[in-house]
Amino acid sequence: MIPSVRQGGPEVKVEHHVNDSVIRSERLPNIWCPGCGIGIVVGAYVRAIQKSGIPRDRHISISGIGCTGRVSGYLNLDSYHTTHGRAVAFATGMAVARPELEITVIAGDGDLGVIGGNHLIHAARRNVDLNVIMVNNFNYGMTGGQHGGTTPLGAKTHTSPYGNVETPFNIPYLVAAAGASFVARWTAMHVRQVTAAISRMMEVKGFAFMEVLSPCPPTFGEFNGFPEALDMMEYFRDKAVVDHNADLSRIGVTARPEDQLVVGNFVDRRRPTYQELLGDLRARVSAQGVAKK
Amino acid sequence: MSKPVGGLAPGEYFTMGNFACVEGAILAGCRFYAGYPITPSSEIFERASVRFPQVGGNAIEMEDEVGSMAALVGASFGGAKVMTATSGPGFSLMMENIGLAYIMEAPCVLVNVQRAGPSTGIPTLVGQGDMMQAKWGSHGDLETIAYSPSSVQEFFDFTIQAFNTAEKFRTPVFVMADQVVGMMWERLRVPPSEEIEVVDRRAFDPAAPLDTEHPLFDYAKDFNPMPIAGKGVHANIDSLTHDSRGYPSTDYSVSVNMTRHLSGKIKNHAREIWRWEERYLDDADFVVVSYGSAARSALAAIKIARAEGIRAGLLRLMTPWPFPDEVVERVSNRVSGMVVAEVNAGQMLHPVRENARCPVVGANWAPGTLIDPRSIVEAMEAVTA
Repeated sequence: MIPSVRQGGPEVKVEHHVNDSVIRSERLPNIWCPGCGIGIVVGAYVRAIQKSGIPRDRHISISGIGCTGRVSGYLNLDSYHTTHGRAVAFATGMAVARPELEITVIAGDGDLGVIGGNHLIHAARRNVDLNVIMVNNFNYGMTGGQHGGTTPLGAKTHTSPYGNVETPFNIPYLVAAAGASFVARWTAMHVRQVTAAISRMMEVKGFAFMEVLSPCPPTFGEFNGFPEALDMMEYFRDKAVVDHNADLSRIGVTARPEDQLVVGNFVDRRRPTYQELLGDLRARVSAQGVAKK
Repeated sequence: MSKPVGGLAPGEYFTMGNFACVEGAILAGCRFYAGYPITPSSEIFERASVRFPQVGGNAIEMEDEVGSMAALVGASFGGAKVMTATSGPGFSLMMENIGLAYIMEAPCVLVNVQRAGPSTGIPTLVGQGDMMQAKWGSHGDLETIAYSPSSVQEFFDFTIQAFNTAEKFRTPVFVMADQVVGMMWERLRVPPSEEIEVVDRRAFDPAAPLDTEHPLFDYAKDFNPMPIAGKGVHANIDSLTHDSRGYPSTDYSVSVNMTRHLSGKIKNHAREIWRWEERYLDDADFVVVSYGSAARSALAAIKIARAEGIRAGLLRLMTPWPFPDEVVERVSNRVSGMVVAEVNAGQMLHPVRENARCPVVGANWAPGTLIDPRSIVEAMEAVTA
């Protein structure tokens, strides 16, 4: 029987970890707080890389700024820690220049969905062949807990001390409407589903997007009914409903302990990718030959 | 070093400055353009959209200039020679990721066809109000490199030179053109390929040792080879201040080493970057310092002044940044006054004044037209008074 974490488990020390080949273990320990879900997503991403059959040299990890923005720096890949909100635009440039690379953007909700929202929707519209993993912790954690574009209505943060008056984005709905080839939402509780979804994203041709809901005990949970590390994980376990065919217009997250939240692999469709269309364009133009000036 | 391929055939052409810029970029090996249309630079994007696919390249439109500049840095690490072109409002939006290119040491070329400002200003008319922005616009103290063309030929030549400099120095390089130079039509000579020097970046060899003795970022050296994505180097490239392994650090020693490396690689080689032109300086008593299209007004002013008996000469700054301080000081030692002629309220006036050993006044002109040469002559008369 696995001992409950709440009761305290045995201390185990290992010299090597199965993920060492993809993790810069010399950089550990990481900066994330106890109870954070980002590490779980990193583990899933690493396992998906190992299972992908794509050589590690071709996997590229690109992040923006914030807690999730730190992921790339811990991965023993060609990794890029870019500017706040610009990871998708940076990745678009690299993906066009080097279409054979397997590029994954991993960043937070504020980074991708708010300051970088314009880059996100336009990359989805172009269907750039990229994977984008958005860890949503409902607030700006790195800066100490301020409200953002995914903070639920009424939620308390340091910049919404009387309750948030903004309606949050339903980002899977937004990205699907913009034209992405693949759209999913899971939580940090759904480790196997997250890993499987990332594996699928690496196969999908086109813009592949997944939102992963994550606990953030110190700067979000504390003030919003999830003060302990496991509180939000229990909420995910008890209230998540898997519905791959959900009506995406109806899957906004309230993060209220009594409300359901819908998870699943919602969209998986084949559209021409940006790189394919650019390649076709170059082929057509070179077939015409260079026009005389 | 390599030879140009796929560009315009050698010969003489009658063309527009903005078109000449694109042809220079292609000959320099640029195959990636990311941009957002903006007057008066849009012909560069339009021409690139026609020409880049013909030579196997991509010219893509991003959602804004913030995204354009970010895409350039990403494509640069993909191994491509990259460029964008913009004007004032777009240049402001690019500042964020110009800093990214600087700290990540990503070679890229940014063309700014300057227009009248501030804000939206007069999009269709000339200005030179972004000269200080090219040096100080991005936060956190950057050392930058900028070329300033005065003719269609120079727009072509300096674009090639900007790529070569960017590749060697691994840093963003600006071509600070303006609406007059961008939109004028003039003769362009495309030289035979053996006359065109093309510099290619040194790529980090994935088989090379990578340890404390052989770090990815050797801050003791001015130039380090660039880790290109997907080649097996497994480099971390960070916008945070980073140590010799590329890992983020808050140590003061790392901040000292990294920032001094980034600025030192340019400052230590400023003399090889500087380009300037001296006209009528042999007997000159007064010197007009100018650059870009304003230097054409300055030359007209010098001819008027000489006809009136004032022995005037021209010092034309072809590389405003890094500022050619020794050149200005040397020239200033043998004249009785300098006039800095520019289409702004006085920008390059300041470093000239800081380095000149003679009285310096500005011949400044509100953006919207080129400077009336008479006003430069009047400024000369003021500095003599």
